[in-house]
Amino acid sequence: MTGSPATPALAVDGVSVDLAGATVLTGVDLRVDRGELVGLIGPNGAGKTTLIRTVLGLLRPVSGQVRIDGRRTRPGRTPIGYVPQRHDFAWDFPLSVAHTVMTGLTGSLGLFRRPGAAHWEAVAEALDRVRMTPLADRPVGQLSGGQRQRVLVARALALRPGLLLLDEPFTGLDMPTQELLAELFTGLAHEGRAVLMTTHDILSALDGCDRLALLNRTVVATGPPARLAADPAAWTSTFGASENSALLRILKAATLT
Amino acid sequence: MTPVEFLTDLFNPDLAFLPKALAVAVMSSIVCGVVGTYVVLRGMAFIGDAVSHAVFPGLAFAFVLEGDLVLGGTLAGVATAVLVAVFSQNRRLNESSVIGVFFVAAFALGVVVISQAPGYAGSLEQFLFGSITGIPTSDLVTDGVTGVVILAVLFALHKELVTISLDRESARAMGVAVFWLDLVLYVLVTLAVVISVQTIGNILVLALLVTPAATARLLTDRIGVMMALSPAIGTLGALAGLYISWGWDLPTGGTIVLVLTAGFLAAWFLAPRQGLIVKAWRRLDR
Repeated sequence: MTGSPATPALAVDGVSVDLAGATVLTGVDLRVDRGELVGLIGPNGAGKTTLIRTVLGLLRPVSGQVRIDGRRTRPGRTPIGYVPQRHDFAWDFPLSVAHTVMTGLTGSLGLFRRPGAAHWEAVAEALDRVRMTPLADRPVGQLSGGQRQRVLVARALALRPGLLLLDEPFTGLDMPTQELLAELFTGLAHEGRAVLMTTHDILSALDGCDRLALLNRTVVATGPPARLAADPAAWTSTFGASENSALLRILKAATLT
Repeated sequence: MTPVEFLTDLFNPDLAFLPKALAVAVMSSIVCGVVGTYVVLRGMAFIGDAVSHAVFPGLAFAFVLEGDLVLGGTLAGVATAVLVAVFSQNRRLNESSVIGVFFVAAFALGVVVISQAPGYAGSLEQFLFGSITGIPTSDLVTDGVTGVVILAVLFALHKELVTISLDRESARAMGVAVFWLDLVLYVLVTLAVVISVQTIGNILVLALLVTPAATARLLTDRIGVMMALSPAIGTLGALAGLYISWGWDLPTGGTIVLVLTAGFLAAWFLAPRQGLIVKAWRRLDR
């Protein structure tokens, strides 16, 4: 039943999440289909990371449910490719790029099992997909920011997941690097994966994503970039921005092109 | 004293404690060297310090009750490690504060307990700074078995331990039991400390955990190489340290630590890639 058009790769239905007694998310509805790159946009504290952690099965919603390919998530059982923020990773660890990518398979291998030829093949394939094969033996500590992001994506891809979650992949990268990565993400989605990406970079989200979801405690609005850009009310309520903020001027400019 | 004289002493039946001390020092160096790789890579030096102090009340209890020292030390160290792991789950306090609270408390308990033993000043010094004379043969066996178990567990869980050290959130998302693996690692550190405490002492054992691994890290960018290099460096340091301390009548623990530190400094200056001398040379070359 996986991949049938009726079941989205990711379906979040009426999800509410409490953290330390405070409600962080209420009634979140979101679906991501295979083949689309969806940008999750919202101010700091809007609950983007909480939503991602809920999708991963690390937080339990108080109501509503998350389904991946029609099934409930359980950490380790549902193949989700998770790409954490770059600064959450111990880059000073003395590990080669290929071995780092292999750690993406630790959970599915299970205790006491060592990787075999098929697993190394999956690693090689993932490295090839993000064009890092020539650097496979390089220690991860020697990589640039963009290369590091590619390694994290490759690690997530090693599991051959249908759903990819990217947490702030553009933060701290220069424009050319961002553009190369955006191209990679679009490619990954259009090959038949569902890709959900949180980002603070509204400009590149408007440009590169197939669909955007505006999040502030709940999904305020969702739609293709061109249509959302024409709906300034959704943006002002999401970001609490005033009506003549730079954000709205940029959106207006975006609708003109 | 020449190395040959040292060898003669090693085989002198009147000095039977010397080969025992050597065996324990080498075993400790190997085990601490491998475990220390994680201690260094995960920035756990403070936990190592904590555990090595936390072992003390267990040793003190065992000493006063005339029980098994290794067992007593292990129980106390593991109890502290578990307390730290559990209390660290509270996000309001960071791990280092929790460690600070518990290891001083454990050490204080040890001081109070051992003061109840008759003639305690001597035994206190023995615990704190180590002693190469009083190692019973039974301890040798216990230490050896414990060491093999530690290395076996580390080897079996290598993949998981690397994964949780890289980033915990991804590890959790993959279904890896982060909390339990952390606990296993703490327990392994504790055991490594316990089997090393007798020769090198409570306070200096941290050097066996941290210094060889830190030296190895300066010399390589491969965790596998580091895990082989670190125990090798530790063993060399222990051998040289024991020889010097025996030959010139210096305290064993302190001498081993100073030899290891000299090795660390040498690596700092001479490392093939990151060493200061190579760096200076490159600067001149330019």
